[in-house]
Amino acid sequence: MVSIKDLPENEYVLEGNAACPGCPITIALRTMLKALGKDTIITVPASCSAVIQSLYPKTSFAVPTLNIAFEAAAASASGIEAALHAQGKDDITVLAWAGDGGSYDIGLQALSGALERGTNFIYVCYNNQMYSNTGVQRSGATPYGAWTTTTWTGKKEKQKNLAEIVMAHDIPYVATASIAYPTDLYRKAKKAKEIKGPKYMEIIAPCPPGWRFDMSKTVEMARLAVETGAWLMYEFENGKLTFNGPSKGIIDGSREPKPVEDWLRMQGRFKNITDDDLKEIKKELKERWEFYRKKSQLF
Amino acid sequence: MKTTISYPTKAGMGKTGSWRVFRPVLHEDKCIKCWICWVFCPESAIERDEFPKIDYDFCKGCGVCANECPVNAIEMRREEK
Repeated sequence: MVSIKDLPENEYVLEGNAACPGCPITIALRTMLKALGKDTIITVPASCSAVIQSLYPKTSFAVPTLNIAFEAAAASASGIEAALHAQGKDDITVLAWAGDGGSYDIGLQALSGALERGTNFIYVCYNNQMYSNTGVQRSGATPYGAWTTTTWTGKKEKQKNLAEIVMAHDIPYVATASIAYPTDLYRKAKKAKEIKGPKYMEIIAPCPPGWRFDMSKTVEMARLAVETGAWLMYEFENGKLTFNGPSKGIIDGSREPKPVEDWLRMQGRFKNITDDDLKEIKKELKERWEFYRKKSQLF
Repeated sequence: MKTTISYPTKAGMGKTGSWRVFRPVLHEDKCIKCWICWVFCPESAIERDEFPKIDYDFCKGCGVCANECPVNAIEMRREEK
């Protein structure tokens, strides 16, 4: 296992970018690009990532980046991969870097299409559970009970499970990660780079202005999400599901997860949930752990 | 087809250090060089030198480094006018 000291010092997200202070996207992308290296082409749909690159004629991303339409991140990655393949440049990594809005909702059909075509690329959904860039609207990834500007009494529906939808495409590699575990994220990105075919990764990205917490707590929030079991870190490889870090103990029952209230109470978006909502959230989590416990024992 | 191209450079949004309200100050005597501040800095504003070197031209003062430091070697001090 690689340690923090061994991570490369190369920076591909440059200083003086337009991200909010404490932004989780830049933490995730820095670590991701340390693993993938400079021979990477990124496609970015409409999202915070398109904005934080700064203004023309400058950009803060030091690798080739294409900003494209909201629904087209995976489709254009397919095109780039095909063009590179035709030129014999198969050593270049194609990375689609989209938010949860561009993956769960708007980009879903393009993602599904690219996975079905077997495009050799890495699709990363950094999941901040809302449309942060346009001012915090609900998305398919927003959890039950969370406040957004379009669910101002708390969301009444459950979030969908995109990683499961992706796994149903029977692709070689699916992984979820958290920005609070950079060595785990680095290892997964390295592994995804070596595998041929479509790869999907999802990274939890707590957004300080959207989730309503102090900007210094970004990483703490991502760590608590894992320790309370609200976010699970796993790898799905050759039909086998394995859990990493604290999620491993939570799923096999050897580790008592922290109470989910610890995570919820730190966020302003869950300020108005009732005791019934809390019960519902806990029930949903238990069901999810049970589902994954059974699934990890399948093969 | 002609399209607009931006070129990678530091300071895409200028010197973002001016956004800062609290300034991270490293106490070198406490630092154990675990580089946790470096890996979590959202701004890539910490450089790996002998000790973590904070680039105050670009540090936005989010305080992630101070919050994550396991030995509390980074103190957030209010910027003076």
